[in-house]
Formats: sequence, C-alpha cells, structure tokens
Amino acid sequence: MSLDSSADDFVVFDHVQKSYDGEVLVVKDLNLNIAKGEFVTMLGPSGSGKTTCLMMLAGFEVATHGDIRLGGKSINNIPPHKRGIGMVFQNYALFPHMTVGENLAFPLEVRGMNKSEREAKVKRALEMVQMGDFAGRRPAQLSGGQQQRIALARALVFDAELVLMDEPLGALDKQLREHMQYEIKHIHDNLGITVVYVTHDQSEALTMSDRVAVFNDGVIKQLAPPDDLYERPENAFVAQFIGENNKLLGTITGREGDIVSVDVEGGMTSKALAVNCGGVGEKTMLSIRPERVTLNSDGPNGTEALVKELIYLGDHIRCRMTVSGHDDFIVKVPNAAGHQHLVVGERTKVSWQTEDCRALDA
Amino acid sequence: MSALPPYATTGQRIWHYGFRVICGLIFFFLIFPILIIIPLSFNAQDFFTFTPEMLALKAEGYSLKHYEDFFTNSDWQQAMTNSIRIAPVATILSVGFGTLAAIGLSQTHVPFRRAIMAILISPMIVPLIISAAGMYFFYSRIGLQGTYWGVVLAHAALGIPFVIITVTATLVGFDKSLTRAAANLGAGPVRTFFKIQMPLILPGVISGGLFAFITSFDEVVVVLFVGSAGQKTLPWQMFTGLREQISPTILAVATLLVAISVALLTTLELLRRRSERLRGMSPG
Repeated sequence: MSLDSSADDFVVFDHVQKSYDGEVLVVKDLNLNIAKGEFVTMLGPSGSGKTTCLMMLAGFEVATHGDIRLGGKSINNIPPHKRGIGMVFQNYALFPHMTVGENLAFPLEVRGMNKSEREAKVKRALEMVQMGDFAGRRPAQLSGGQQQRIALARALVFDAELVLMDEPLGALDKQLREHMQYEIKHIHDNLGITVVYVTHDQSEALTMSDRVAVFNDGVIKQLAPPDDLYERPENAFVAQFIGENNKLLGTITGREGDIVSVDVEGGMTSKALAVNCGGVGEKTMLSIRPERVTLNSDGPNGTEALVKELIYLGDHIRCRMTVSGHDDFIVKVPNAAGHQHLVVGERTKVSWQTEDCRALDA
Repeated sequence: MSALPPYATTGQRIWHYGFRVICGLIFFFLIFPILIIIPLSFNAQDFFTFTPEMLALKAEGYSLKHYEDFFTNSDWQQAMTNSIRIAPVATILSVGFGTLAAIGLSQTHVPFRRAIMAILISPMIVPLIISAAGMYFFYSRIGLQGTYWGVVLAHAALGIPFVIITVTATLVGFDKSLTRAAANLGAGPVRTFFKIQMPLILPGVISGGLFAFITSFDEVVVVLFVGSAGQKTLPWQMFTGLREQISPTILAVATLLVAISVALLTTLELLRRRSERLRGMSPG
C-alpha cells in the first residue's frame, strides 16, 4: 500500500484546523491521508481532538480552516445528509420508535429504493451481524451488544464505502467488546470498506487497525501500524500512552551514528537508539518496554535494581523496582517453569539491549 | 403506602396519620366545589340550592330539565357552536407556532434564548385582564376586534406558552444524536423532522395542544374584550347567565365542561405513560 501516491488518497485531511470559540484550536493543522479499504484508528485521550475530526468528516462540524476531501472531491460544502458516509454512534442512536427492520430500511427509503429490494438488503445486513431473527423487535427490547450490532448493520446497509465509528464498543463489557472487535474486523476485511474508528482504548486500536493515529492536544503525535507504534514510538507521548513504558531521564553525553550515550539521573549510564533527541548536553527520556528488560543477565546496559513490589498476574509477575533513582521501573517476569523468584527488598541486576532503549524527547 | 416501621416513635406515628388527614383536607378543598355542582345540576327546581326532596333522595327532586334547556335554548346552542368553532382553530395555531418556537429555542446557538422564551411565556404570567385590555386596543387598531379571527388569534396567543413548555420539556429528553444519525443516513432536515423528531416529541405536542384547547374552551376574560356578540362562547354565556338570570342550566353546562376536562386529562395521562415508555426505549 503506497500511501504517498494520490490514487490511494481516499480520505484526505489537508491542513485542517478547528476552533469552537475562535481562539483555542481543538485540532491544529491536521494532515492525514487514508487509503481505500484501510482501517485507521484515531486514538487519544479525551479532549485530544479525535472525535472532532470524525465529526468534521461526517459533516456535523465545519472545519475552521483547511480542506477535507473524499474520493478526490472536497466535501467542505456538502451537508451531512448528502455525504453518503456510514456512521456508528457512541450511543448507537437507533430510532426508538421504529423496529430494527424499519431502522435499517430508513436509509434505503430515503434513497427511494423499492420495497422488495429494501427487504432483501435489510435481511442481508441483519444476517451479516447475526441478527437475522430480530427485524421485528424494537431497540429497547435488545441488549447493549445486540443494539450495537444493529447500529453496525444500519451503517453498512446502504453500501457506504466509508464507515465512521465513534467509540462504538465503549458501553459493552470486556468480553463482548473483544468479541465485537474481531467481528468488526472481519466485516471490514470481507466488505473491503474503509473504516475510520475513534477510541481511547489502546488495545482496541492495536487489535483492529491497519494504522493508528495517536492524537494529543489537537495534533497527530504518530501515525503508524500497531507494531511500529508499540515497538518504535517516535516521541515520549506515544511511548507513555501506548502500552507500559519505563522512562529514565538523563542527559546525552556522546553520540556515534544512531547510538547515543546517556547519563541517567541517579548515576547509571546507558547507550540508546537516538530516535527523537537533541545533541550532546541535551536532556532526553529513555524508553524501555518492561518485557525487554532481563534480570541478572549481562547485556550491554545494566545496573543494580532494588525490588519494591511484586504483583502476581497469573501469566507473569509484575515487578516494580528502583533503578538509578527511578522507583517506577517495571519488569515483567514470565511465570515460566523455573522462573526467578524475587523477594521484596532484594537487590538484583537488570539489563537491556541498546536497540530496545530509545532516546526520545524529554 | 408503607406501613410504619416497628421502631417508630410516638411523634412519627402522629405525623404518619396527620399527614394523611392533611392530604385528605386539601383534596376536599380542591374537589368539593366541583363535585357539588354535579348533583345540583339535576335539580328539579330552578334554584341553586338542595331542595328537601333532593336531600331525601326522592326521584321527583331530580330532573334533566336543565340539560334539556341547554340543548334546546338557541342562546346556549349558539354559544356552544362558537366555542367549538374557536377552540380547535386556536389550538392548531398554538400547537404549530408553539412547537416550532420550542424547537428553535432548544438550539444552543440561538441568541437571547432566555429572553425570547420569557416573552413567549408572558401571556401565562401577565394578569389576564392586562393581556385582554392590551389586545382590545391593539386589535381595534388593526380591525381584528370583534371578529372571529381576532378571538382565535387571542386564544392562540394564550395557548402558545403551554405548548412551548410541554414541547421544551419533551425536547430535553430528546437524544440529539438521533437527528445526526438521520442526517448521516441521508435524510434531509424536513424528513428528519417529520420521521424522527416529530414522532418522538408527539406526546409533548399533544399534551400542550390539550392545555391550549382547554384554555380557549374555558376562557372568559379575553373573549369579553376581543369578541363581540357574534363570538359569544360558552364561558361568556355562563358569565352573562350568572349576572342576568341565575338559571341552573349554568350548572348543567358546568357539569358537561367538567366531564370534557376529565376526558381530556385522562387522554393526557395516557399519553404521558406512552411517552415514558418511549423514553425508556431510547438507548444509552
């Protein structure tokens, strides 16, 4: 998928800005290209501008500045009801006075489709979400998960090429949520539709997406496939926001190609991969994923650690320790046969590979 | 009614029963004057008092002659016709304008919403005699005084606040994402209004309409000012009847009006239940 070629730019945000009060920018200079058939998730804390972006795409909010294009055409001046974009709302927004069948037939009726064609399409859409027997029910007679499926079917029934989803699984319990994640993913794969998905749940974003756009404070901090995002965060915000992260603050003392030497506050020194840091003498934040830290081995970067707390999690033991004065350093010890049994108050050694330690903006 | 818990103190016991007595007295105070006219309207004599025959529950003490008078007397029939011609038209105008105003005022971007709302509600708050006098002078200038449409418009103005209040209350519970969903599914604003918003706020619209209808149907002050002999409504006829010849026919008419009001309020209650059911149905 070549994302730079304009043929693949199905949805384009071109220098889009949004301000509600004319002073504070909720979205600052957003540039985002989404290819046809792609599943892109906008992930970020609340108030980061991700939902505003989705609403601008749906047409419920107007961009203060910049251009939004769909299939090569600017949609800034097209009202929401003429955009032909499907959407699953956070609270499902099913029409309570209509049956499930009538809810699904509504977009088809609007498009002047005849009755037999309508019925066939509604039936097919309901079967796709495994709700074939529920056409005669009212939304109130359905559980949250069933309502969610109906909302999904309604967004798909009129063959929209682009479907937006605004935290659609937020109200479901964990097990159902995980199940629906797979189901949405399968529907996406089968129909070849383009999906823009908004969530604040990072595991949801990592499981489902082709690419994830991490939002913070109105800007995209990083736009990358899930594995890149987790393994190769480009800045401190992404490293901290996605997954668990150990941060060590320090000062750069030397640089050789891509490798920097860092004096970590508290006494230790470590080599790290220079990703997003300044030159010699500048502050940096080292980021190391907990599962990339090994105990007692003699890797290139190591130091002594004091075990502060142990939490048993079944498959692994989460160990909080003090490393070089940072007392929130987490190591995951897999609960494998013959694993090392740590004791609170014990001193042990920790080490990590240079390429697993990323020097980011402080 | 919850029973008293075993640990209730004497004071709590006294309050428990005293509270019920007070409630009963309040009901009596409100309902008794209305109930008393019902037996009186069947009086065989032309008096406003209970005759000894009535008190003895003898059949000859009662008759339907006042009802007969109402249905045969041309003055009363004319008044009835006028009321029936005025109230529904005034109601339709109130409902139309009131609903539109309520929807407009529920949009957050409308400037001076509170001030506009206060002005629209004012006919309900300003003493009726002041509205009536104002309308009299205003309508005289523009040639509406003493006409059918003058009375209809005046009553519509009185009914609009009820519609605004009930529809606004229904709109508070209206999920705005439903109109967004409708737009997203391709429905234009007009279709969204009639297919999505209207069915869901209908209970509020109808109960507002009922209040507007009753207001017009029972109204006497404004019609005395704005109307002329040609627009003499039932309440107006009752008012003149009270002043000129004290006939128990007024009581018969009053009983009929009470019956109509009860019927309308029952409808209102049924609608309220339906609306509650619909509210319960909206997800999230």
